[in-house]
Amino acid sequence: MWGIVGQRACRHGSSAMSLQVTRPVIHALRSFSTAAKEMTVRDALNSAIDEEMSADPKVFLMGEEVGEYQGAYKITKGLLEKYGPDRVLDTPITEAGFTGIGVGAAYHGLKPIVEFMTFNFSMQAIDHIINSAAKSNYMSAGQISVPIVFRGPNGAAAGVGAQHSQCYAPWFASCPGLKVLAPYSSEDARGLMKAAIRDPDPVVFLENELLYGESFPVSAEVLDSSFCLPIGKAKIEREGKDVTITAFSKMVGYALKAAEILSKEGISAEVINLRSIRPLDRATINNSVRKTNRLVTVEEGFPQHGIGAEICASVVEDSFEYLDAAIERIAGADVPMPYAANLERLAVPQVEDIVRAAKRTCYRSSSLAATA
Amino acid sequence: MASLLRNSGKITTTAGLIARPGFQGGRGFGLSSFSLFFSSPRRFQTTESESRVDSHCYDDEISQKFSVLGGKVPYTSGMRFTSELPEEKVPCYRVLDNNGQLIDSRNFAGISKEIAMKMYTDMVKLNTMDTIFYEAQRQGRISFYVTTTGEEAINIASAAALKIDDFIVPQYREPGILLWRGFTPQDFANQCFSNKFDDGKGRQMPVHYGSKKLNYFTVASTIASQLPHAVGAAYSLKMDGKDACVVGYFGDGGSSEGDFHAALNFAAVLEAPVIFLCRNNGWAISTPASDQFRSDGVVVKGQAYGVRSIRVDGNDALAMYSAVRSAREMAITEQKPILIEAVTYRVGHHTTSDDSTRYRPLEEIEWWQMARNPLTLYRKWLESNGWWNDEAEAELRSNSRKELLKAIQVAEKIEKPPVGDMFTDVYDAVPSNLFEQEKLLQQTVTRYPQDYPSDVPVRAVPSS
Repeated sequence: MWGIVGQRACRHGSSAMSLQVTRPVIHALRSFSTAAKEMTVRDALNSAIDEEMSADPKVFLMGEEVGEYQGAYKITKGLLEKYGPDRVLDTPITEAGFTGIGVGAAYHGLKPIVEFMTFNFSMQAIDHIINSAAKSNYMSAGQISVPIVFRGPNGAAAGVGAQHSQCYAPWFASCPGLKVLAPYSSEDARGLMKAAIRDPDPVVFLENELLYGESFPVSAEVLDSSFCLPIGKAKIEREGKDVTITAFSKMVGYALKAAEILSKEGISAEVINLRSIRPLDRATINNSVRKTNRLVTVEEGFPQHGIGAEICASVVEDSFEYLDAAIERIAGADVPMPYAANLERLAVPQVEDIVRAAKRTCYRSSSLAATA
Repeated sequence: MASLLRNSGKITTTAGLIARPGFQGGRGFGLSSFSLFFSSPRRFQTTESESRVDSHCYDDEISQKFSVLGGKVPYTSGMRFTSELPEEKVPCYRVLDNNGQLIDSRNFAGISKEIAMKMYTDMVKLNTMDTIFYEAQRQGRISFYVTTTGEEAINIASAAALKIDDFIVPQYREPGILLWRGFTPQDFANQCFSNKFDDGKGRQMPVHYGSKKLNYFTVASTIASQLPHAVGAAYSLKMDGKDACVVGYFGDGGSSEGDFHAALNFAAVLEAPVIFLCRNNGWAISTPASDQFRSDGVVVKGQAYGVRSIRVDGNDALAMYSAVRSAREMAITEQKPILIEAVTYRVGHHTTSDDSTRYRPLEEIEWWQMARNPLTLYRKWLESNGWWNDEAEAELRSNSRKELLKAIQVAEKIEKPPVGDMFTDVYDAVPSNLFEQEKLLQQTVTRYPQDYPSDVPVRAVPSS
């Protein structure tokens, strides 16, 4: 019965309404408490794109399978039906082609949202992202602005092997002219997507395939169509006083779980959800480290030249005297992602890795080097 | 005579693979090809003569219901491979003969005297600018320059055929369009000297001109990346319903880039009002066209993507004018892409960093400079109309030269952009980290002036 009600609501085209009726459990709960509604990251992204397309006729979508197929991961579901083929373009298989076309459209004043089926495929288009999008405003001395959003799943999924699992945050975040965002929760997804679409600069929006189906509570403020999060501000997901743990995307969830385990052992961890990789919220990170004096950076991607490396440098430059222990970097293994499930599990950080690292910074366990 | 289209001019015969037994091709192979196999087991042997009639039929059921090719496709029992080259090369449209006379006045729509004259004077100005700026680079006054010598007709005539609302997406050998639209010698010089009046704020190498006002996207160094941009911009024009098109320029070398193929393919699918204008000048630095592709030039690639195309003599100003005018009309009224291959010759070196005599004979360069010089040809036509003479030529050349020399002298003395200009436009708004970096840099330069060039003005940073 709930399923039928859900379908009927969806046909009305109101995404907000569909949220209310596709979560029968919460619908029941509403009558008993003022608990926040829940929303999947997928729905958060879909609703954010939908609202921005509705508000600004210059916003349009491009990508493989975004239209008729409703999106490879169903993020763009219902949008072709609502906005028509002029604004939701199913492209031929040419990342270089459609990225270049999106950039050209942005040069001329439209606001494209270009989807990469995964950011691994953005490598075929990276010349257009870096040399045509990121640098154009600068090279043209402000005559050509590029209000474009590049979005898609980034980083490891489950069992997809080396060419589908790399985290590209460090690659894009190193380039001036780009903004790089990495949402974790549904609130992040909605707020940052809206900010990205409205931003006049090119934005790389790194989602995570495994987070699409996860539900998070969202307040009425988040559900409002004018909701927007500032770019360049990290969020302190959990306050603490003994050790700072920075993370982004899926690793925020792991860091929170680690913090829970650590609290039972008397270590109070402060978890920072970066939200924005470029610009990096160095102020929030440094203020936190000056409070806790210890730092663990967490990311899924390769260790060398990763996000953690930049955070380490920033903290050493700005808060050196405040550190009571060496900074710990948790990252993925320095190998292309293997496929076999057991190997894959060993190649990405797990909650236990974060817990052990935090303990090492608190001198509660010996460092890896000492035991080598 | 040096052959520009270095692909073999010979007509290739159709070569057919002999069907081997067991091969289930189509509806089975004809009897005669079967017997050929047994009589002579050589492969790649020409099939029987073209006059043998293969029955072409239509399988209506498949064509109408299930064809993936979007329409009726005739089936044939003859196995014939389409030749890699057409029997005859695609003909090259030309209006003026070698003496500057109209070959067939019926095929030329005409041109007003005003435009015709401006075309010639601008071609001369462009040619003069190239000479003078090239010399300036050799004297060490600018670091780098790219000439357009030999391609003046393509530059100016195409610009003349377009309107100011048409967006230009250049490669880097098309400054003539800016010249036509009103970029002054001083504007060109300021950019080459990257002084503070450079519209580009000293951000780019010489010849990377751009002008939002004149609808000319800033030149980028990447090859052919501008072609998908042209399609995107054309899509935007299409959504706006404007009476304008986009023209994307590129060279024979650029047609090898992946972006070229994606752009043409996509433009056809999107039905975008864009003209792809290829300056096939025979050389991509030292790579001749014969090493760049094996097709009959670039024009045949249009049909491969479903794009209407034409080959034009790029050194014939009237042919270029005529073709681009028609292409523009078609692109806008029919909302579809058009490909123009302008066949020409790169008389100058690739850039000032190149010496092309190392890889091509001097005689070849000189031949093109003399025999098919676009300025000479067009001038003959103007003179035959009584619109031009030697005195006018001498005066124009002298005035242009003076104007350009002055522009260089002035540009050379103008201050470089202020240090603050280094930090703007990275983003729409200057982020705090760059604001701090700028402040730090200003302080450092002020404190240690002996370590920094004296012609970099340091602007006082307002205290935040």
